[in-house]
Amino acid sequence: MLKAMLGEAWQAMGANRMRSVLTMLGMVIGVGSVVMMMAIGQGAQYAVAQTIRSMGSNLYIVISGSTSAGGLRSGGGGGPTLTIADAEAIAELDGVSNVAPVQQGTQQLVYGANNWSSTVVGTTPPYVDARAWTIVSGYPFGDSDVRAATRVALIGQTAADNLFGNDDPLGKTIRIRQSPFVIVGVLGKKGQNLDGRDQDDTVIIPLTTAQRKVFGNPFPGSVRLIMVQANTAEAMPAVEKQMTALLRQRHRLREGQDNDFYLRNLAAAADSAAETTRVMSVLLGAIASVSLLVGGIGIMNIMLVSVTERTREIGIRMAIGTRQKDILAQFLLEALMISVAGCLVGLVLGVGGALLTNALTDMVIVISGSSILVAFGVAAGIGIFFGYYPAHRAAALDPIEALRHQ
Amino acid sequence: MVEAVIRVVGLGKSYSTAAGLFPALREVDLSIETGEFVAIMGPSGSGKSTFMNLLGCLDTPSSGDYFLVGSRVADLDRDQLAALRNRSIGFVFQGFNLLPRMTLEDNVALPLVYAGVERAQRRERARQELARVGLADYAGSLPSRISGGQQQRVAIARALVNSPRLILADEPTGNLDSHTSEEIMTLFAALNRGGISIVLVTHEPDIAAYAARQVRFRDGRIVSDLPTPAQALTAC
Ligand SMILES: Nc1ncnc2c1ncn2[C@@H]1O[C@H](COP(=O)(O)OP(=O)(O)OP(=O)(O)O)[C@@H](O)[C@H]1O
Ligand SMILES: [Mg+2]
Repeated sequence: MLKAMLGEAWQAMGANRMRSVLTMLGMVIGVGSVVMMMAIGQGAQYAVAQTIRSMGSNLYIVISGSTSAGGLRSGGGGGPTLTIADAEAIAELDGVSNVAPVQQGTQQLVYGANNWSSTVVGTTPPYVDARAWTIVSGYPFGDSDVRAATRVALIGQTAADNLFGNDDPLGKTIRIRQSPFVIVGVLGKKGQNLDGRDQDDTVIIPLTTAQRKVFGNPFPGSVRLIMVQANTAEAMPAVEKQMTALLRQRHRLREGQDNDFYLRNLAAAADSAAETTRVMSVLLGAIASVSLLVGGIGIMNIMLVSVTERTREIGIRMAIGTRQKDILAQFLLEALMISVAGCLVGLVLGVGGALLTNALTDMVIVISGSSILVAFGVAAGIGIFFGYYPAHRAAALDPIEALRHQ
Repeated sequence: MVEAVIRVVGLGKSYSTAAGLFPALREVDLSIETGEFVAIMGPSGSGKSTFMNLLGCLDTPSSGDYFLVGSRVADLDRDQLAALRNRSIGFVFQGFNLLPRMTLEDNVALPLVYAGVERAQRRERARQELARVGLADYAGSLPSRISGGQQQRVAIARALVNSPRLILADEPTGNLDSHTSEEIMTLFAALNRGGISIVLVTHEPDIAAYAARQVRFRDGRIVSDLPTPAQALTAC
């Protein structure tokens, strides 16, 4: 019986090919745009997740306020309030895995005739681990390099490409502020950070060397930033609390006095970025769903027309013994067929459109099995939902009224 | 006693019209036994079609009772009525009422689909019935490709395919010329000899002459119920 009904549904669609195709078009556009929007939305989520992973996890940045802000220690100069000793003290706290004082700024890198302006980061070895940098060739510098203020550097991919082109940077000497630095390691590629800045456009050197040779520092032992990594995400609130207490105590801040440093939770920033893209992709999907809805209404419309046109046929079928539920099933099947066929074509077009977008714009797209399943489920749901009312009308027809219909 | 195929008691049907309730059928009593061939006659508007629709369980009476092969039709729900129409009644309409997009074979097989018969068996039985009405060669044609007489024969094949006990035919020759009408009536007569009860509406005496019993309606009432005169019977 089902087979016979499928055959009839197919015939009914074929009998009015143009109309069936146009009705299907609504579903094609709906499913196509949902699939494409989901691919783009999920792609954006994926890209953000990737970026977040590349930045290192469970990170805090402690930023020194100027001394004048706190008032107490202001000798007028306004140097950084954080010290390398602060960093060492934080490293002793429970739940902290990596601590690295940082002094960074933009500097001109010179190699032979090549010039390139890049972010120079002066720091200590834990920084490499905290930021989840990989070393693709060579080695990172060690504590001894920091103690001895050696002139060694790790170079990021973008800086390396611009200075060395296709040459291997390892062992080459670049100049920063006239000082020669030997490249001892090449960093793995990371891509952009959440602010859209290229993380690979960087050079990492020992903190001591940076302060002496590159940036200069009128306040020895002090530092602008300290990067702190907690062991786990769960440990972060406790670490934050202890760290604040520790720094307040070390900076001899009295009760009621403002902190002379800022804590920036990078994990929270990452979460909010992830949330933003999630909301965006839901929104995209929702907007696309509207066209799916319109497609569904189109199906309902055509099915109503079809029921009216075939009223006499329904009457004949009832006379020869078709039950109401058979009529209902027949029309539901037709609606379902249109929507599933439209869904299939829409899927192909949507995936094609997403791939094309990817090819033309470098936008990351993710086509997941689940989004395809969802599209199918929704199409079937729409077929049934919007097909039900017309099918029900057909089934509820009075046999004799239907037979009399001209 | 053998159960009557049809027994109606005090059957009435009123239509609500702009002018109020219009009684198209009033207090009709009639019994038709198995194997009878009954012609229903009467002027236009006398309620013949109304009566046939009630007999076919396509419409519900306003009053009275109808027993089809012993079951009280008023007690059955829509699905049971559908099953009854499917298995016990074959309809032949004035306008043939074939489904235009289906081949003749599929048209004939359609009642079997709803009876839950297997595809292979449906084919076989449909072809058998088409052969019985002399249209075996047209199984794959569409209704629009054959003549009115041929379409009516297909409709008869469809009515027969589920081996009903009763055939209801409302003016089956109304759209056909006299020669084709005769062919159709010969077919009905042969079926009736095979044991199927037939109730047939007609305006023409020579068509009614094929039946053994003639029931005449006027203004929604039965005004006469007589056996067909002997000389008319021998004429066929
Ligand atoms: N659906 C309806 N609504 C209102 N009145 C109706 C309806 N169907 C039939 N009638 C009326 O009932 C009466 C009987 O109609 P019916 O169709 O049974 O006549 P009939 O004997 O079959 O006539 P004919 O020989 O012309 O086919 C007529 O007066 C008709 O106008
Ligand atoms: Mg009539």
